[in-house]
Amino acid sequence: MLGKLNWSAIPIDQPIPMITSAVVALGILGVLAWVVVKGHLPYLWEEWITSVDHKRIGVMYTLLAMVMLLRGFADAIMMRGQQAFAYHSQGYLPPEHFNQIFSAHGTIMIFFVAMPFVIGLMNLVVPLQLGVRDVAFPTLNSVGFWLTATGALLVNISLVVGEFARTGWLPFPPLSELTYSPGVGVDYYLWALQISGIGTLVAGINLVTTVLKLRTRGMSYLRMPMFCWTTLATNLLIVAAFPILTATLALLILDRYFGFHFFTNEAGGNMMMFMNLIWAWGHPEVYILVLPAFGIFSEVVSTFSGKALFGYRSMVLATMAICVISFMVWLHHFFTMGAGPDVNAIFGIASMIIAIPTGVKIYNWLFTMYGGRVRFETPMLWSIGFMVTFIIGGLTGVLLAVPPVDFLLHNSLFLIAHFHNVIIGGVLFGAFAGYTYWFPKAFGFRLHDGLGKAAFWFWLSGFYVAFMPLYVLGFLGMTRRMQHYDVAEWRPWLLIAAGGAVLILIGIGFQIAQLVVSIRRREELRDRTGDPWLGRSLEWATSSPPPVFNFAFLPDVQSEDAYWRQKSLAQSQDLAEKDEPDYADIEMPRNSPTGFVCAFFATVMGFALIWHIWWMVAAGFVGAFATFVAFAWRDHDEYVIPAAEVARIDRANLAERRALLGAAGSAA
Amino acid sequence: MTDATMRVAYADSDAHHVQGAIVHSGPASKRVVTGYGFWIFILSDMVMFSAFFATYAVLLGKTAGGPGGRELFDLRNVAIETGFLLASSFACGLAMIAADARNKFWFQIGMAVTCILGLAFLTIEAREFASLVARGAGPTRSAFLSAFFTLVGCHGMHVSAGILWLLTMMAQVFAKGFRADIQRRLLCFALFWHALDIIWIAVFTVVYLLGSAV
Repeated sequence: MLGKLNWSAIPIDQPIPMITSAVVALGILGVLAWVVVKGHLPYLWEEWITSVDHKRIGVMYTLLAMVMLLRGFADAIMMRGQQAFAYHSQGYLPPEHFNQIFSAHGTIMIFFVAMPFVIGLMNLVVPLQLGVRDVAFPTLNSVGFWLTATGALLVNISLVVGEFARTGWLPFPPLSELTYSPGVGVDYYLWALQISGIGTLVAGINLVTTVLKLRTRGMSYLRMPMFCWTTLATNLLIVAAFPILTATLALLILDRYFGFHFFTNEAGGNMMMFMNLIWAWGHPEVYILVLPAFGIFSEVVSTFSGKALFGYRSMVLATMAICVISFMVWLHHFFTMGAGPDVNAIFGIASMIIAIPTGVKIYNWLFTMYGGRVRFETPMLWSIGFMVTFIIGGLTGVLLAVPPVDFLLHNSLFLIAHFHNVIIGGVLFGAFAGYTYWFPKAFGFRLHDGLGKAAFWFWLSGFYVAFMPLYVLGFLGMTRRMQHYDVAEWRPWLLIAAGGAVLILIGIGFQIAQLVVSIRRREELRDRTGDPWLGRSLEWATSSPPPVFNFAFLPDVQSEDAYWRQKSLAQSQDLAEKDEPDYADIEMPRNSPTGFVCAFFATVMGFALIWHIWWMVAAGFVGAFATFVAFAWRDHDEYVIPAAEVARIDRANLAERRALLGAAGSAA
Repeated sequence: MTDATMRVAYADSDAHHVQGAIVHSGPASKRVVTGYGFWIFILSDMVMFSAFFATYAVLLGKTAGGPGGRELFDLRNVAIETGFLLASSFACGLAMIAADARNKFWFQIGMAVTCILGLAFLTIEAREFASLVARGAGPTRSAFLSAFFTLVGCHGMHVSAGILWLLTMMAQVFAKGFRADIQRRLLCFALFWHALDIIWIAVFTVVYLLGSAV
């Protein structure tokens, strides 16, 4: 009846997962109880859960990412703690638990922190920057988000029902085959990623179509803000790379569930084929994550330097070059496979070539700052921290791209230090910069400045203290994923690294405090103009938060930095007191529970597949299909906002904006 | 450069757009957006298939002492199968012409014929799979057969999903007629069905023709 599921799946004898999940469950129940008692449930359902508004979905993606960041960081600090203790001892985490933790840490940080964070920011900002009212496929957008949430939910269910994979963040066979991983851990990994992978693909298709087909009048490709370009590149990569992940994981599923022989040791299976396939997705994935961050830095650096982005066209070229070359370097993840010197040399050189467009970008940001009036607000601090940190990570990457060096450092902590250096210093700093930069746009008030700066400094210093020792440890020969060790020379460096993790923890504490304090003091932090940072692109041309339709009139774009130009014109030609325009009705897509209901059935189906409960799989599938048909059957998928209502909202927004322009004009 | 030309150059910092550039005319229509997005999906689907094709190519000779393509594939059978699928695409095309003409009767006939031909294709495929398994050449026999069953089976699952979609669209047109949103869905369905043909051509060539040589 319940397949492989029985009471022994609950790890009652292990205090850490039991206590953690009890606390989390209490937390969730507490929040739910508060929501129900306060009567927020209808609001939550109508305004958020069923929302197809790209801004709301973007916020939910980002929120998911930040909650998952806490989970992933809890894993991180447990690992640093374990390695700080486990000198000549077993530490406090038994091997099978330690292995689950490093696997869960990587999986969560990449798939459920970095991915939703960048997709959330793209969702929130790109339609605003393009000057349009929504993404190409609003309901699919909601489906994509909820499927991502399903994946995150399944990974977290594994904490208390069964176990998670012990195979690392990528389940390399033959270890991940049924013979060596008979439990449900790898299955949790596989189905969580298959389901969230569909969500990511949907988001990719949606955003590619949005950028290519939905731009306001006059917004030609070479007038798009840089963030739109990097969004385009990233989502092209998603569309081209994620199907490879889906195919690869499907092959492993077939091996595990039906005894196929793709990656097995016997009957002609080829485990190195898994390496090739997974990295054919995995390397583009790196750029899927970092390109949006590059876009964010471009926006932030240009805004806070008060200058147009230096070398806009070279930036576009560099972005698209990275987009293409990222598919030609996957083999550098396994130079040690033994493909021979020629193959390794080609992939080594291709990997180094990527450093060129990346270098172009760094110089462009530096030259944007040069001669500008740089304002050191929090997003700018993250950007400068990124530039310094990312260059170090990039250089160690070029080092690793040299095959003979890689033979020495492969799978050592040097590698760990390298990719954390680029992912934290690149992706995460970018996400935090974007979070601080666009928070006022999403919610109508700024984040507290002092606490944000404190968080930045603790994150930055914590990062260096935590990861620079790992470079040293790599040279000292320490391999990754060690549950315990007996080498005395490693100990001090691991203690320092643990200290770094504590610094980062303090940084996260400041970020939580920043959010709480900012919400409590939202009236004094209120952004009344829609343009708190003196922005240059169209998202700042509307109010904060924007009305559901974003723009009462789709803007007519005349140049790059469209909003900057609009402001300059308004000041120089006194256009601020224009005649009242004729407002028209606006059609917007109706909210729909399709995404949420689909995700519910996907969760049921995923859970049933993990535990081999076949009737439940069938029920989940039928439910999901019925949901789609029901959605397809509805007669009214749009509603109309009457012109009078549009006028009322727009007049209120314009009044404050004109006051600002008038004040700025008289000051100048 | 004189001061005056400098000023001109900087005053119109966006000069490369002004001269002779076609002004971007704004967001595309819903039909264009839907069709375009679906094209992108089809491309992503083809990337997935290409991973399976690559897998098949790598594992082609890995028969683990078991039977290879030369002994297993019945090309006459596959040719008939191919005929059914291509004919179903033709019928699908006719159904779409009927939909453009808002002709419910011929639309339903065209879709029904598409469905029957698609089912005939699936039946032949299922019989081929069953006979292979009965001969001890199932997917667990060798890596080569794993790859064969996965690639061909994945295409078959796409056709099955397509038939489910086809029946849904027949019901939708029957219940609601040719509404604009239903027309857009029909456009996507037709794209999907024809794309399956293209993938089948590759399956026929790579799996069956090249596979028979091993």
